[in-house]
Amino acid sequence: MTPELAIDKLKKGPHDAPAVEAFMNAHTFPLVEGGKVTFVFRGQVEAVHLKSWVYGLPNSQPLHHLKDTDLWHFTLDIPPKSRVEYKFEIVRNGNGQWIEDPLNPYRATDPFGANSVVHGEGYTIPEWTQVDPDARPGTLEPWVVKSKAFNDTRGFLVYLPARFRKTRRYPLLFVHDGPDYVRFANLKTVLDNLIHRLEIPDLVVALTGSPNRLGEYADDERHARYVTEEAIPDLEARLPLIGQPRGRCLMGASFGGVASLSTAVRYPGFYGRLLLQSGSFAFSDIGHQNKRGPAFEPVVKFMNRFRENPVLVADKAFISCGMHESLIYENRSLIPMLQTTELELKYVEARDGHNWENWRDRLREGLSWLFPGPLRMVYE
Amino acid sequence: MKGALLGPQQLKVTLGAAVSAVGREGPLALVTCGWQEREDNDEDLPGQLGRKTINLKLYERGEQVLAADKPFAKAHRARQDQLRQIQEFYRLRLERTFDAALDIARKSAGTDLEADELRLSMEQIRRIDQEHLDRVSALREAYEVQLRPRERPVIAKHRKELKEILDSVGLLAIAGGHVAVLLNRLRMFGVKDLLSDHALVAWSGGAMVTGERVVLFHESPPEGFGISEVLEQGIGLHAGVLPLPNPKLRLKLEEPLRVGWLSRRYAPSKCVAMDQGDFVLFDDGKWFGEEGTVLLKEDGSVGTRWTDVQVKQ
Repeated sequence: MTPELAIDKLKKGPHDAPAVEAFMNAHTFPLVEGGKVTFVFRGQVEAVHLKSWVYGLPNSQPLHHLKDTDLWHFTLDIPPKSRVEYKFEIVRNGNGQWIEDPLNPYRATDPFGANSVVHGEGYTIPEWTQVDPDARPGTLEPWVVKSKAFNDTRGFLVYLPARFRKTRRYPLLFVHDGPDYVRFANLKTVLDNLIHRLEIPDLVVALTGSPNRLGEYADDERHARYVTEEAIPDLEARLPLIGQPRGRCLMGASFGGVASLSTAVRYPGFYGRLLLQSGSFAFSDIGHQNKRGPAFEPVVKFMNRFRENPVLVADKAFISCGMHESLIYENRSLIPMLQTTELELKYVEARDGHNWENWRDRLREGLSWLFPGPLRMVYE
Repeated sequence: MKGALLGPQQLKVTLGAAVSAVGREGPLALVTCGWQEREDNDEDLPGQLGRKTINLKLYERGEQVLAADKPFAKAHRARQDQLRQIQEFYRLRLERTFDAALDIARKSAGTDLEADELRLSMEQIRRIDQEHLDRVSALREAYEVQLRPRERPVIAKHRKELKEILDSVGLLAIAGGHVAVLLNRLRMFGVKDLLSDHALVAWSGGAMVTGERVVLFHESPPEGFGISEVLEQGIGLHAGVLPLPNPKLRLKLEEPLRVGWLSRRYAPSKCVAMDQGDFVLFDDGKWFGEEGTVLLKEDGSVGTRWTDVQVKQ
């Protein structure tokens, strides 16, 4: 028999001010009880809505008002190990305002601001994403490449591992939206930790960005040329890199995933590894129409072409996607296409959404699968 | 032989205490070839060990041998490839057998019949380990008969130099690092046979390769269950204890199933976990002064003060 939820007990009994205070003092919020999560808001408002971006659920769900109190509540089924980002919309004087949950200390940040986060039962923030004082930090060096493809100069950061030596040869990870990966997905900390734990080898990582990512990352020929004929040759000329397909990996999330895949498709045999997270791999089975907006038009054309003729684009690819995001359909559809080639593929789904912490939490599995470290052989 | 085996030294340095406890005076010979290209980054060690050190530079010497003796280098690399292949096949066999053993353990409700099945699983795993050890040892012996490494001029020259250094010291210190490289270089130059009454101080990977057999382990790798595997026989400078350095990172000592299995699998050797700075002393087959080290027991528990147990040789 399912145990009675705390909110139901409160509703049943007298819910005067002392009872509400006792309820609030006895719990942290959102209140996770098995697979149920109760969201609570307190305040003199006209309405409260839960705003979330979970594919399959309404984007907006009203909280219920507990009569004669200032308490609003709503209970949602959230499977174990889920992560859900959300906001509240509170309505006062007929005007709605989106706010973070004042009762929840957990936040996730992204380039657009911050959301509150609820962790389903069993989810914990992976310890390897947090700073480990034992791990020697790598360095971030500024890098500049003149680009004929874009007729401008591109600057980015290059991560060098703590024990970088010019006499060794390193694999190169070329990251789209690199600064966002560092800021919102702790990529530098993750690299420091995984290298320290020998779960991945020492890597050189190009943390690149774009002034117009929706344009340049959407199968733009200039981007593929810039990466393959300009940026990477420059890196390989000036740093001790392996300089072979097995030592070149393209990585990106969302449109960065499209940029990674389309660049590899344009230069078959040049890249040996791909790490694609929640790729915006929109396609259409009839025509080129799409419901996602004009930015996706070149993506749909590219994906339709690729789906008609899936070719081997790398030796190994790690692909991940959140079950709570609408792109799960496109990502699931891509897998059988890639499996028709000789690509060695690992595909992982997580109970999470289209956000940086989902992408952060999959980095260990992806990077260590693409670049296994010497942890079994080295004992220092 | 007498000596000390230690856990990692990055966060808590106890090398000086271990050297003092071993009690040999004078300079010591140092092996850091497990660090590969970083072999000569040993500037902190004389201070930590409290002695003047002479680095044997086995990695650099090995590279010189491979550059100077091409036929040897070719045969050496071919053997390394064979060893890698054998290790992969052994790992495949081990994983399948281990999966079956785990399934049986999960289904077991503790009856005598199930206990027999579990014992059978363990015997199978131990047999696979032993067959792998035998196979690798046979390959190594065949290689040594065929190539006679110690009779090759370039190796003989280095061995002569190494003997002079070792004759001038009473203590050999071996750092950790890449255990296959450590084994490879210690064997290439026959270091064991150049020792006389030397004492040993070995930490982390150094402690692992100087035992009877080398076991690779990591129970929380990025993927999979993390089954330990036998690499090959060790150099054999100490016996009776299987050193497991850095348990905080590599073992799950809080899980009795894993602890018990590890302990039974490698019995009669005693599985001993050594965290940062932990060390244990040995002298002619007797183990004592188990500073911080932890014994993994067959019943799945762990214990300290384990050297009260007489270790069989």
